[in-house]
Amino acid sequence: MEAKSESPSTAILKLENLNLHYADKHVLKNINMDIQPHSITALIGPSGCGKSSLLRCLNRMNDLIETTAIEGKIMYADKIDINSRKLDVTQLRRKIGMVFQKPNPFPKTIYENIAYGVRIASRVSKSELDDRVEEALKKVGLWKEVADRLKDSGMALSGGQAQRLCIARTIATKPDIILMDEPTSALDPISTQTIEELTLELKENYTVVIVTHNMQQAARISDNTAFFYLGELIEYSPTKVMFTRPTQKRTEDYITGRFG
Amino acid sequence: MMTRTRKFSDIAGYAMIYSLTALAFIPLVAFIVYLIAKGIGRINFEFLFTASASMESGGILAPLFGTIVLTLASLLFAVPISLLAAVYLSEYARKDRWFNIIELTIVNLAGVPSVVYGLFGLGLFVIFLGLGKSIIAGALTMACMSMPLLITVFYQALKAVPGTLREASLAVGASKLSTTFRIVIPTALPGIFTGVILATARIAGETAPVLFTVAAYYMPNLPQSFSDQSMLLSYHLYVISTQNTGVAEEQKYAVTLVLVVLVLVVNLIAIWARARARKKIGNLG
Repeated sequence: MEAKSESPSTAILKLENLNLHYADKHVLKNINMDIQPHSITALIGPSGCGKSSLLRCLNRMNDLIETTAIEGKIMYADKIDINSRKLDVTQLRRKIGMVFQKPNPFPKTIYENIAYGVRIASRVSKSELDDRVEEALKKVGLWKEVADRLKDSGMALSGGQAQRLCIARTIATKPDIILMDEPTSALDPISTQTIEELTLELKENYTVVIVTHNMQQAARISDNTAFFYLGELIEYSPTKVMFTRPTQKRTEDYITGRFG
Repeated sequence: MMTRTRKFSDIAGYAMIYSLTALAFIPLVAFIVYLIAKGIGRINFEFLFTASASMESGGILAPLFGTIVLTLASLLFAVPISLLAAVYLSEYARKDRWFNIIELTIVNLAGVPSVVYGLFGLGLFVIFLGLGKSIIAGALTMACMSMPLLITVFYQALKAVPGTLREASLAVGASKLSTTFRIVIPTALPGIFTGVILATARIAGETAPVLFTVAAYYMPNLPQSFSDQSMLLSYHLYVISTQNTGVAEEQKYAVTLVLVVLVLVVNLIAIWARARARKKIGNLG
């Protein structure tokens, strides 16, 4: 499809009047939001505010829940409506990858963990596959640690290594956008730091949307921050502005720790 | 004083638990030792690997071969069908009223006495489908009997695969079908082997379902095709213990020992395969 005649926006994701229901629960209320390419966008807010649900709208993971009803548009790169029923979700998920809260490597070898997604997407030769695996592991800084034991189980890695393996698995399918759902909440402080540094590097080549419970984390790594409360987008602004001069009382209360 | 009483009750508790566990093992061990003592004298190469000219003296190759073939053939029918049924229930079926009815039906079928399966097999496979008394009819009957058990165990194994693995697979762009066959089933393999172990032991040992569908009282030669009848260890044992008075004591014990060891060996192979599968998928199973 051609881009519309008016000047195309720079946003890679455009959410327009997004509403999400789980059964009779109204989880997301009229969300309008632009996500900029090659940046890190943090979604923050207290538990149950809808931030994870929003993230799962972006790669249609909510499809797994039978009672989901969604309205509104999510435009990807100005031309694809993610909510379209005709969309091939497997293609979409190769372009919009996801990293989960708890590291969830497949019970396969380290090599197979990464090769899996590549093989499913396209037919590749053994040598190309080897290259893709190596490239992905190098990008997450895991290559040196595991190069001599690619045949070991991915489940044998430590928490931080396993999470980097999961990021490598996501990168290997050559996505545009990486969604991260509290990727460090199950990790120790040192592993958390490694993942944060890695996330900062990722933004050169990818767009990152990260859900986090940890406000310092949002402040440290994100370019823009969105604050959600009870399914509404309360405030969305550059992170520096949000954490120094929030315009909304509720945002200020949350980031100063008055509730949460 | 307090600690001393505590210590005493602790020791008493352990002693009780250990002795009760031992108590559970004693009959089993005694049974096997008794079987070996009574039957081992008869067992040699000739006993195992020749088909006999007479029931009283001879080699048990015919029933041994029959049991192995029947068991494998039954599993060949039962395992794929049960696995697909379990996949449907755990991955695809909506958890609605129908699901509950199906689940209840499977539990009920698992509790049906085996002789009923035997009569069902006689009616459906032997007579209605005209397969006659044959290995194929017996295998299909045994498959029907073992499927409820297999489906239940497979279903539990699939359900135990963490949902986060399914999500991870879908999130890299795998379809639901790929996710099921490349992630969920391989992860559930140890549990699937457990089901096969249980079914194998049951099929090899059952007598009632084969009585009307496949078992031959006596055959001097091995069956030539799947449409032939066959002798079977379980039925042979029944025959030489109750129907034929001329069989020596030692012969009966030897046949029993072979049947028990056969089941044991099959189990050991399956347990080894399960351990290998567990090791392969890491520390999950």
